[in-house]
Amino acid sequence: MVNNQSPNLVEFNAVYVIVAREFKKFIRERSRLFSTIARPLLWLFIVGAGISRLVSPDVGVPYIQFIFPGILGMTILFSSMFSSISIIWDKEFGFMKEILVAPVSRFSIVIGKALSGTVVSTIQAVIILALFPFLGFKLGLFQIIGVILICASISFSISAFGIVLATFYESYESFSVIMNFIIMPMFFLSGAMYPVKLLPEILKVASKINPLTYGVDAMKHILFPFEKGKMSPDFPFIIDISVIIITSIIFVLIAGKAFERKG
Amino acid sequence: MIIKVENLTKRFDSITAVDDISFEVEEGTIFGFLGPNGAGKTTTINILCTLLSPTSGRAFVAGHDCMKEPADVRKAIGIVFQDTTLDKDLTAYENLVFHTYLYNVPKDEMRGRVYDALRFVDLYERKDDLVKKFSGGMKRRLEVARGLIHRPRVLFLDEPTLGLDPQSRANLWEFITKLPEKHYVTVFMTTHYMEEAEVCDKIAIIDRGKIIAMGTPDELKRTVGGDVVYIKTTDNVNTKEEIERLLGLAVSEKEDELYLTCNMGDTCIPEMMRTIGEKVLSVRLQRPTLNDVFLKLTGKAIREEEAPPEKGIKEYVRAYRRRKEK
Repeated sequence: MVNNQSPNLVEFNAVYVIVAREFKKFIRERSRLFSTIARPLLWLFIVGAGISRLVSPDVGVPYIQFIFPGILGMTILFSSMFSSISIIWDKEFGFMKEILVAPVSRFSIVIGKALSGTVVSTIQAVIILALFPFLGFKLGLFQIIGVILICASISFSISAFGIVLATFYESYESFSVIMNFIIMPMFFLSGAMYPVKLLPEILKVASKINPLTYGVDAMKHILFPFEKGKMSPDFPFIIDISVIIITSIIFVLIAGKAFERKG
Repeated sequence: MIIKVENLTKRFDSITAVDDISFEVEEGTIFGFLGPNGAGKTTTINILCTLLSPTSGRAFVAGHDCMKEPADVRKAIGIVFQDTTLDKDLTAYENLVFHTYLYNVPKDEMRGRVYDALRFVDLYERKDDLVKKFSGGMKRRLEVARGLIHRPRVLFLDEPTLGLDPQSRANLWEFITKLPEKHYVTVFMTTHYMEEAEVCDKIAIIDRGKIIAMGTPDELKRTVGGDVVYIKTTDNVNTKEEIERLLGLAVSEKEDELYLTCNMGDTCIPEMMRTIGEKVLSVRLQRPTLNDVFLKLTGKAIREEEAPPEKGIKEYVRAYRRRKEK
């Protein structure tokens, strides 16, 4: 029989083991780590370097520094989405059933999955962040810690969003749909490549409903706090943080509901 | 009663997968759900293990209501699904450890229980191999081991031998029949193989969502009219009269062989032998199979219906879910 430990510990164990599984698989799959690191590097040093020749602001933040928060955001976006969308794989290959028939609350499953995405995404973001000296940044310890904390919270929010998406899809054929119609637009409309304030009105609206925008914006506040020109952050820092927290909560609640018994 | 089901019905749009079924399962027995694919067996299991809500009716497992107390039901059950639910990118050991965390097995017992389970299914030597390297039989055994690790009161096995070679099937059966005694667990299994259902203490035959017969394998077989005894003798004419006088049963003759139908073939043969013994050349006893039972009840053999309906209902359920989710 199952022993009677406190219910909180039971839920904690479930969350822990779901994260541990993801972490173990992440360590084992070198190719996954490699490809999620390679993508931001390509954008940073090829696309970024190219465009910075084209747009060379006389004052303020150089372009390659400007896109750095966006590239961190991209690393997180891809990695968190992949992690959450692995739920579709788990459904297809049956492992999700093993989790769903276990005596743990559906919210623990969602939180475990969201934290899985958070852990692997934050690790990758930190690897990219370590490049900052090569881009001409001079960051203090508090700035570094601040960026890492923001990376972790965006990772959680995007992972939770990915879980919501994954609950709507039954098979991995839908993966390319998510890739082309959700992930790519989310990246382009996040203020990663160009300031939101310079966008045409309709794209501005689209950027404002994109949760990633606020994460990227929060990092801009920390990475270039003294920029006042057109490359400056688009929203107040407090708004950025509030949006990240509120969207995280909303996505977790929706995902938790979606995980309840079907049909 | 460890499982109690009352008037359970499950509809997917217009299709009724489970149609007003009721049954009870006694603790410590092996209960079999026998029927062709698409009969509603898996749907019933999914309701009992809290993955699906019924349209109407009630179900209790280990005294808990499957709809109202799903967490208590989940604690009391172990499940081996039709399709494998292992993580192929983890080792056998890691798959089991994952399970111990989900079911809150005490930390100090964890390793011991996992090793015991691996030894029980003969996979201890392979514990550090990734599951994707395992054969179908090994995966199934590992899943049974996993299903038992948290010491459930009921173990659900949904078509446990599907897709296994005859040797693995035989091994798995030997192993399953020992479960109630060795692990104090009640086994609820589904199958569409008649031979497999023979090991059950009680069987419910299900077709098109309805239970059409229920009882022990012997009780069910008796409903098709008993055993047939075939006898070859040196003197058919006289022996025929002697047997008819002795047992009061009609004896017929076909192709030089006498045959008669009786309820208990195994006890009536020795009785006959005592009087007509020296004239007998050979005797054979043909007992009805569960397939005969199914044939009698539905007018069709169970195997005839195999592949297409299964695909049909599965596709249907999937399409239904997709529509619902959108």
